[in-house]
Order: sequence, then C-alpha cells, then structure tokens
Amino acid sequence: MAYDKFNILTSTAVPLPIENVDTDQIIPARFLKATERVGFGDNLFRDWRYNADNTPKNDFVLNNPIYSGKILVGGKNFGSGSSREHAAWAVYDYGFRCVVSSFFADIFKNNCLNIGVLPVQVSPEFAEKIFTAIIADPKTELEINLPDQTITLLSTGEKETFVISPYKKDNMINGFDDIDYLQSIKGEIEEFAENLPL
Amino acid sequence: MSKTLFDKVWDTHVVRKIEGGPDVLFIDRHLIHEVTSPVAFLGLKSRGISVLYPDRTFATADHNTPTINQHLPVADPLSANQLDALESNSKEYGISYWGLGHQKNGIVHVVGPEYGITQPGATIVCGDSHTSTHGAFGAIAFGIGTSEVEMVLATQCIMQPKPKKMRINVNGKLGIGVTPKDVALFIISKLTTSGATGYFVEYAGDVFENMSMEGRMTVCNLSIEMGARGGMIAPDETTINYVKGREFSPKGEAWDRALAYYKTLKTDADAVFDKELTFDGSSIEPMITYGTNPGMGMGISHEIPDAAHVEGGAATYEKSLNYMGFHEGDSMLGKPVDFVFVGSCTNGRIEDFRAFTSLVKGKHKAENVTAWLVPGSHIVEAQIKEEGLLDILTEAGFALRQPGCSACLAMNDDKVPAGKYAVSTSNRNFEGRQGPGSRTMLASPLVAAAAAITGVVTDPRTLIEELV
Repeated sequence: MAYDKFNILTSTAVPLPIENVDTDQIIPARFLKATERVGFGDNLFRDWRYNADNTPKNDFVLNNPIYSGKILVGGKNFGSGSSREHAAWAVYDYGFRCVVSSFFADIFKNNCLNIGVLPVQVSPEFAEKIFTAIIADPKTELEINLPDQTITLLSTGEKETFVISPYKKDNMINGFDDIDYLQSIKGEIEEFAENLPL
Repeated sequence: MSKTLFDKVWDTHVVRKIEGGPDVLFIDRHLIHEVTSPVAFLGLKSRGISVLYPDRTFATADHNTPTINQHLPVADPLSANQLDALESNSKEYGISYWGLGHQKNGIVHVVGPEYGITQPGATIVCGDSHTSTHGAFGAIAFGIGTSEVEMVLATQCIMQPKPKKMRINVNGKLGIGVTPKDVALFIISKLTTSGATGYFVEYAGDVFENMSMEGRMTVCNLSIEMGARGGMIAPDETTINYVKGREFSPKGEAWDRALAYYKTLKTDADAVFDKELTFDGSSIEPMITYGTNPGMGMGISHEIPDAAHVEGGAATYEKSLNYMGFHEGDSMLGKPVDFVFVGSCTNGRIEDFRAFTSLVKGKHKAENVTAWLVPGSHIVEAQIKEEGLLDILTEAGFALRQPGCSACLAMNDDKVPAGKYAVSTSNRNFEGRQGPGSRTMLASPLVAAAAAITGVVTDPRTLIEELV
C-alpha cells in the first residue's frame, strides 16, 4: 500500500518511557477483526488509553494535551511480541511517522519500514536525553533527517546518526515498497523456483 | 566454508542479494489465517496482480473461531466477516482452504506439521509470530507482517536481511515434572524478551535430541518470546520418522531427493555462531511466570525477584507487578487461580493433553477453577478420544472444547475476565492478552494440571510424588 514519502521531519514528540511495549498493548487482539486497513489509529494503545467504559484514562500520555507531534518516543524493546502489522498501521493511522527507541523488536521494525513509519534507533543515553528534554518542555522539537540519517534534539543541537539499509532508505524517500521491486524480478524468481530441493 | 544449519537453509533459498540491502528469499510454504491476510489480498486486488504459486499457500481459520458449537454460524459479525473473507479469497486464488468444520481445520502451527506441509530445510512463513514453531523440523520458519504476506502471495519471496546466528546448548537430564515448556521458559527467563532479537537460534544438545517432535515444536514456538525471529533444531531420525508419509510430504522419487537434502541439514563442526550459550538441563525446574512478559518467569519454588534482578527497569517492573497484583518476594505457590487454559500453538498437541491427563487422573477439578481444554486440531482431538484421555478427563470434571487459538489471544469468546488469574499453557502473559484486564501465568501442562485440581498454584512434582 502506498504511503507518504519521508524526507526530513521536524516535529514535537510524544514520550512513552516504558520498556518492552508489546504489540498487544499497541493494538489489542480484539481490534484486529477488520478486513480493511481503516480506523486502527482510534484503537492505538486502547487499554492504556481508555477505561473499560471507554472514558479516557487521563494519566496516559496520548490523553495529555501538552504532548503531541508526529514522533513517538518509546522505551527499550519497543514492539515486541505478535507480528501483527496492525500495530504499525495504528501508529501510522494515529498520525505518527516516526518511532524513536533505544531498541526495537525485529518484526515490528520490519513492519514499520514496509508501511512508511521510520523506526529510529538511538543510543540509550540519547533516548534518555530526549525523554528528559520532552518531559521538561513538551514543545521540544526533534528533527529526523532521513537523507543524512540523523536525529537532532533541536533545543540543544545534540545529534546522533541512525542506521538504515540504503535499499530501505531509498524506498522510504521515494515511497516505494518491496512488492514493486519483487514484481520487477519475477522472471528470475520463477527460474529459481525450478531448481529448489523441495 | 563451514556453515551452520541456518546458513545452509538460508543460502539455498536466496534468489538474489541486494547490495546494501536485504536478501530476496524464496519461500517454500506459506500459511495464512483470517486475521493477517485480508488486507494482503486487498493489496493484490488494488495492484491487479495474482497469486504466483497458489499451491505453496495453505489457509486455515483459527484465531477468531469459536471453540464450542462450531457447526453453528459464527455469532460475532466481525469475526464471521473475517472468516468469510479468508474463504472467498482462498477460493478466488485457488488456495487450499481449511475453514471451520473442515476435517483439517485447526491452529495453523499445529496442522502444518500434521499434514506434512512443514518439511526439514524448507522456508516457511505465516503472518503470525509463532511460525517459529516449524523450526523444530530444521526449517527456517518465522512470522511476517501483512505487507510481507502480500509479497509472498504475489512473488513467493520476501526481502530480509540475514539475521545473526546464536546457538543455545542445553545438556543433561531433565528432572521429574520438567517439560519442554519449562526448558523454553527457563531460557527466556535467562535471555529476557529481547535477548535474542536480531538472531536466529539453533537449539542443540541432548535435551533437544531426546525430545519428541511435539516437545521440539513447543521450544521453537517460544523462540519469538526472547526476541529471536525463529529457532531451529537439526533434523534427525525423530524428524524424518515424523514427516515421512504425511499427506503433503514428498513421495516416491521426490522423497528420495528430499531425504538426501535433509541429511545435509546439520551445522558443520567448525561453523561459527555470533553468540553461543550453554545451560545445564538438570538445573531447570517447573517454571511459572509472575509478570507481564514471558521473560518474567522463574522456577515454581522460587520467590519473585526484586526489580534490580529483572530486565526492564524499576518503572516497568512496578507497572507489571501492580497489574498482576503480586509483590516482590512473593512465592507463587498457593496463589489463587480462577482459570486454567490448556491449548494454543505452544501446548495444544497430544503430548500436552497426555501430560495434563496423567496428573488429573483419579482426581477432580477444583470448584473455583474454570478449565478450558482446547486441542490444536481435529487430529489432536481424535487422539484424545482414541487414547481414552477424554474418559479420564470427563471423570475428573473436565470438558474438551473444539480446536482453535481460543484464550491464547482471546479474539473469540474465550476471554478471561478482568482481574481474574489464569494459569495458561500458551505463550504470552502480556497485559490483557487473554481478555481485557486478565492476569496470566504461563506454565507447562503439568503445572496447569496441578493448578486445575488444587485451585491454586501448585508444584506439580508434589502431586507426581504422590503418584509414585
């Protein structure tokens, strides 16, 4: 599915300094019953965000109006557990284009890259600085520069580089996806399939 | 150059390497279910492309299905809609479809091996993280997202960077009452839920060599819970004996060719892993989790460790224990239990029901416990009946439900109510996993049985000793 191209993003950010946030929290299983990719943002962090009677939980960060922006900053090991791409869809659909963490779970990271959410892995120290800065001043902006592969805390100018494969970077900048590529080498795939052991 | 088992299977399936990017990996077998496939089919439709190899994809309905009265229409309209979508998409593209009521219907990771879809040295994917289960056969098997499901449908390939390699050795004799589930929960408790992220694991050592295929599946199933994309065990006689003659296993000359390939599937003696860990199997005791991720587990006779000894930091630890209603230093023994769930792709196979039944035989279900026994497939269900286990279970006050994922993720009506405690043989104790507000303690079928008959968390060894 097509997604918006990603180049340089400057935005305030929402802090979620909890470790091991699993995809069951990002989107609980009971909200996976759709057959189309619509409305997942409404249920992002559903059970942390709403009480059983659907009233908002005021102590959850997404319900705190002082925090907003297109960047979500999560704790270590963000996105563990279930492979549900719905978690990445919920993040995107809510309005985030980038998730920052000191460590990502594999499948969640892949899913994000496939749908146009940029996962930015930073050092634990830099993650801590970001949390501290945002919590001290929620208007603090981050700049995510994909071409340069840098993340900058604009209030202090502190900067880190992040890793992304040249292939995925090119995809994100141009809004391409893997199927476009795979379709282009279909002949090669069919030939390969002729000579497999199974 | 020396290669690991993982290298051999991976390299055999690389169509093309992209400079500075992922490998294009050919997928032999693709399993789909109702939850993670509908949007992938929509993608195909919007692009106007078809399924490249429909005979390499198999569809079963499991996540959403009821586990009672499966002959009736599915009551929840959203679930019914998703099940209908799987059926119509499978039919439209010529994919084998094992829907509700079909003899082959069941949990995707249980029926795949049962029908021989799972083969040693194959690449297998499914839009489900517990696809790692199939690594028990020496396959490279891992969970993927829906975009990747669409890729595999369209081109039978996905694009993946090659993971790093880890070997986990466990040697020694397992103690009484210690099952493959305990071995896996033990390893996860040592590695944490992110300790194997970025790696593909090979399990080696006599503990795994001596395990049945069912036990190996339980271990490989849980690889994802320590962050690994998958885990695998080199195929041996046990593996070959299991796969030979199954419906989708190669036959005749194709079997001979496959067998020659299977025999190459072992790590060379001097192959190097990026990380290697060794544990003593005899030190493992029956395990139970006390927190809200599978890494928060301990020997059942231990006490809940303090925050300093648990990965994740003090705030995360406190949030977790608050949710569970437990405290640092608590013993788990004697904790109240409201529900017992035996089933899932982790522990929904015949051996699991044999183990559970062995302990409840001649005893009775505790009054305060609601027990859900959910076989992973119709084959498991039939075996339970044929082996006389159902009679023993019925006598002890238990009933058997129909196959499906059930309370493992509570997408159907099998939900543990808010605040209630469940001892579950499934794979995740995340907040709300078994229903909003549910509190899950992960354990083996033996620990589940001990809880079911005593009504509290109980060391199954005390009951086994009664037996001997």
